[in-house]
Amino acid sequence: MNVVTQGNELTFAGIERDVSLKAALELSRVEILDTVAAAKLKGRGGAGYPTGMKWNFAAAEKRQPKYIICNADEGEPGTFKDRVILADFPDLVLEGMTIAGRATGATYGIIYLRGEYSYLRSHLNDAIGQRRERGMLGRSVGGIDGFDFDVIVGLGAGAYVCGEETALIESLEGFRGEPRNRPPFPVVNGFLGRPSVVNNVETLAWAAAIFAKGVDWFASIGTDKSTGHKLFSVSGDCQKPGVYEFPWGITVADLLKEVGGKDARAAQIGGASGRCVPAAEFSRQLAFEDIPTGGSVIVIGRHRDMLDVAENFLEFFVDESCGQCTPCRLGNAKLLECVRSLKAGTCSGAHLEDVKALCETMQVASKCGLGQTSPAAFLSILEDFGDEMASRATSA
Amino acid sequence: MLTTDRDRLRDEVLALADRLGRNRSSLIPILQDVKRKYHGVDAYALQLIADILDLHPVEVYSTASFYAFLRPLAEGDFVFRLCRTLSCEFQNKEAVARQLEAELGIRFNETSADRHFTLEWASCMGMCDQGPALLVNERVYTRVTPEMVREIVGECRASYNGHEPQREEEYLV
Repeated sequence: MNVVTQGNELTFAGIERDVSLKAALELSRVEILDTVAAAKLKGRGGAGYPTGMKWNFAAAEKRQPKYIICNADEGEPGTFKDRVILADFPDLVLEGMTIAGRATGATYGIIYLRGEYSYLRSHLNDAIGQRRERGMLGRSVGGIDGFDFDVIVGLGAGAYVCGEETALIESLEGFRGEPRNRPPFPVVNGFLGRPSVVNNVETLAWAAAIFAKGVDWFASIGTDKSTGHKLFSVSGDCQKPGVYEFPWGITVADLLKEVGGKDARAAQIGGASGRCVPAAEFSRQLAFEDIPTGGSVIVIGRHRDMLDVAENFLEFFVDESCGQCTPCRLGNAKLLECVRSLKAGTCSGAHLEDVKALCETMQVASKCGLGQTSPAAFLSILEDFGDEMASRATSA
Repeated sequence: MLTTDRDRLRDEVLALADRLGRNRSSLIPILQDVKRKYHGVDAYALQLIADILDLHPVEVYSTASFYAFLRPLAEGDFVFRLCRTLSCEFQNKEAVARQLEAELGIRFNETSADRHFTLEWASCMGMCDQGPALLVNERVYTRVTPEMVREIVGECRASYNGHEPQREEEYLV
């Protein structure tokens, strides 16, 4: 394959196969849950939900079977670290799933692989097959009587919204990928109505790494509320795009220095649904307590037009909105119309105010994260680069 | 579709449904398989899948039409999907887009008259660090330049010249 991603050294590369799982299987189920909770591991997909709590809820459910679902529907623009993890460290992800299965009492694992990554499917199936042969998947995993856990790969079909956990489950069940109302959460009522843990690829890999490297090691890295390292997918106007591992808490400026992008005028953090951070705020930290992110960093050079950025993201959302709820379906189309009229210099100030109010409606009234977050980039661009916008808004 | 083709499709879908289980969860894998082999899901296939899974055909159509990679519309043997999201846009995807249209002789969202090629936009495909990214069926091309477009299209043309386009082997677990 003609795919080589650059970056810095990843912790995952130093972890031998099976070390994590074997360490975890020495522990009781409660001890595994306590370890993940003590590490204060938070979801790496972007939402940052504490992984230990999620696993605990699923463990407390009595109904069987339970499912561990690996969310490999990495669709957020500018994100590709899960692709690298799945390609280079599939065993670590599978070990993370197996440990989650042990801890929660789940017997099945499903990797929901986005359709765009279908070329990774046979690679993952090979890794699964080898683990079965070594007794690390299947019946009596790791020689433990009564611990059965197996994994299959399900393939997505080109829908960004399926990265939302309930839409992902709908898709696995053979329906349109339209998000469900939450609660009930998947840990109670997930795949086929059964308790299901949905974790991001990177979350599962870190969960496994914690058992290989130790909870103290993990908890000592990062900030108080954001422990551990994070993988960042860096692209855009920089010299060294790639996948980078940094401790949580790194400032935008330090990250940009590492990747050769310090002359940027802004950085889009968190993909299309994230926010656009202007150069004046580059001293801020990437962490759940400051700028939370799933790890997408798109560097925006000085020569870029911020309205082009907003237009590109809104085209994306218009395309990817599932259409189920009105604020998102119609709202994104209206926002895109507004950006285009701003570009053409035909947007009145009054109309811009109306559109800002519409953004608020979308954030409050959309059913899922897609519509709730899609106005964020547009709003932050308006806020931070308002002068550029305003001059065009009044030129009509 | 010829009767023999219909029989073959029926046998394939039945075999797959029996392997995966005749339940709703098998719908998307079946649609993916049919779409891959037949480059579309026609009315007969929709009805057939619905019958086998005991669903209303409109349910099958509704699900298939939701997903970018499953739309029931007929498409070419080679589906070209060019990423249009920001990082690829920054890396001059526009020049690649123009070259694709010129080389294939079709615009975006069109299929060539000989049914060999379909050209579409794709949302971010996770190749942002090495864009512009192009997906041709299941193969990904990175750092695509207008010059490369000519080569890629040439390879596709060479592969069907007197032969059936190469198909991926069975991919279901």
